[in-house]
Amino acid sequence: MIEAINLRKHYGSLLAVDDISFKARPGEVLGFLGPNGAGKSSTMRMISGYLMPSSGTAKVYGHDVMKEPLAAKNRLGYLPEGAPLYSELSTSEFLNFIARARGMNVSARRGRINITIDRLSLRDVANQTIGTLSKGYKRRVGLAAAILHEPSALILDEPTDGLDPNQKHEVRTLIRELAKERTVLLSTHILEEVEVLCSRVIIIARGKILADATPSELLAKSRYDRAVSIQVADSISARAALDGMHGVTGFEQNAIDGRLYVFTKTKLRSDEVIAERLRQRHVVFTDLRVERGRLDEVFRSMTMPESTEV
Amino acid sequence: MSAIIAIYRREILSYFLTPLATVFVVIFLVMLSAFTFYLGNFFETGQADLQAFFLFHPWLYLLLVPALAMRLWAEERKSGTMELLLTLPVSVGQAVVGKFLAAWTLIGLALLLTFPIWVTVSWLGNPDHGVIIASYFGSWLLAGTFLAIGSAMSATTSSQVMAFIFSLSVCLVFLLAGYPIVLSVMQSAFNQPVVDAVSSMSFFTHFNSITRGILDLRDLAFFLINGTAWLIATVLIIHLKRVG
Repeated sequence: MIEAINLRKHYGSLLAVDDISFKARPGEVLGFLGPNGAGKSSTMRMISGYLMPSSGTAKVYGHDVMKEPLAAKNRLGYLPEGAPLYSELSTSEFLNFIARARGMNVSARRGRINITIDRLSLRDVANQTIGTLSKGYKRRVGLAAAILHEPSALILDEPTDGLDPNQKHEVRTLIRELAKERTVLLSTHILEEVEVLCSRVIIIARGKILADATPSELLAKSRYDRAVSIQVADSISARAALDGMHGVTGFEQNAIDGRLYVFTKTKLRSDEVIAERLRQRHVVFTDLRVERGRLDEVFRSMTMPESTEV
Repeated sequence: MSAIIAIYRREILSYFLTPLATVFVVIFLVMLSAFTFYLGNFFETGQADLQAFFLFHPWLYLLLVPALAMRLWAEERKSGTMELLLTLPVSVGQAVVGKFLAAWTLIGLALLLTFPIWVTVSWLGNPDHGVIIASYFGSWLLAGTFLAIGSAMSATTSSQVMAFIFSLSVCLVFLLAGYPIVLSVMQSAFNQPVVDAVSSMSFFTHFNSITRGILDLRDLAFFLINGTAWLIATVLIIHLKRVG
C-alpha cells in the first residue's frame, strides 16, 4: 500500500505538485503518466523520502514518510530517475553496499545478493565495473538495488527511459514479475507501456491529477474508441453516403494512407450499419475495421485541452 | 553505526578503485617534501625537530583538502546518487559522518606515509618525540577541520569547481585570521579584545601552539568543536536543500 495524502511541493514560487492524493494497493501496478515537468518525479521523490513535501504527507504500508522515515524506507524499494549508480564499483560491490546500508547481517547479505543477482540475470557482470556496463544492465543493477531487501512497495521513476526496444521489453517483463506480490508505482511517458504494464493509471499535468482510471477506461474516452475506419477510393461519395446518418458525428481522413475514420455516437454495431449503408449507396470500400481507443489522443486531450483538434 | 560503516567502506572503496587515493597521497608527499626541503631549509636549520616540516602543513591543506572535499556531496548531487543514498534507511547525519571519516582516513594515511622524515630526524639527532606525535595529531585535526568546512561547502552545490573555490576561500579566511599580516592590520584598527577574538578563531594560532609542543586542551577543543560545527552545518545544508 502506497498512499499519498494531499502532497504539495513548492520550488520557490513554482507549485510543482498541487494537492495530490491517491492510494496504490497490493498487486496493483499504478502508472503515473504525464508530460515532462508535470510533477511525476517530485511526487515520487516525496514518497521515497528524498524530498520533503511543502505540505501533506505519504504513507508506505502505514508508515508515515515524515514521522517514521526509516520504517517507511525499509518497506520501500526505489529506483530514481535515470537509475544513478556508483559507477566505479562492481555490480556485487554495489549491491553489497546497499545491503550493508540496509543493515543486513553477513548471511542475509550473501543470500539476498545471490538471489537478486540470479533473479535479474546479473551473474555474468557481477564482477564488472558498473561504469562499463550497457544501459540495459545498469538499469537492471538499479532494479536489483531496489528489490534487494524484498520491499513490499516499489517506486520506479521512468524504469525504461532511454533503453532500446529489446531492453525495454526485458525490463517490462521483470517489472510484471516483480509486481505480483507487491505494490508498484511507476512513472512513464511511454504510452504503450501503460497498456502492457499498468492495472491503473493516474494522469497528472501541471502538478494536478487529471484522471485516475484503468487503461481500458481511459481508452474508452478516446474518440477513436469503436470508431469505424474504411479504405475507400472515392472518399467524397463515402462521406456523402454516411453524412447525416443517425449516430454519425464526424469524419477524419488520414493524410498519409487515405483511410477514412467515421466517428459515431452509438458505439454498438456501428460497423455493420455503416457497411450496409455504403453497399446500398454503391460506394466501393475495403478493409473495414473497428478502431481501438488511442491513449496518446486521450493523453493529449487531457494534458493540453486547448489543442485537441489538431 | 552499521550505516556509517557501510558508507565509510563504500567511500574508501571508491577512493582506491579510482586513481584518487593514489594521486592525493603522491601529490601530498611530493609537495610536502618540496616545501620542507626547499622552502623550509630542513637541513640548513641544523635542528633535530620537524618544525620546518609542520610549518607548511596548513598551506598544503589549504590547497589539497578542498580538492579532496569538493567531491563529497557535489559529485553525489551531480550524478544523482544522492537520491539513492538518501532514500536508503540512513540518516543524513550518518551519511555525513561516514563520508567525512573516509576522507579523513585518507588524509591520515598520507600523513602516516611521511614517517621517513621522522626516521631521518631521529637518526640525525635526538628530537622530542612527544612534540612530534602531538604535531602529527594536531596536523590531522587541522586537516579534519578543513575537511569539515569542505564538506559543508560541497553540500551547497552540484558543481565541484564551485565547492572547491568556496571551501578554499573559507579555509583561507580561517587560516589568515591569525597571520601576523592580518593581525597587525587589525591591531591598528581595533582594540585588543577584537584582535584577540579574531586571533583566537585562527587555525594557524592553534596549530602553531600544538606544533611548538604546548599541548593545551583548548587547542584540541577548538578544532574538535569547529569541525563538529561544520559537519552539523553540512547536515543542515543537505536538509534545507531537501525542503527546497
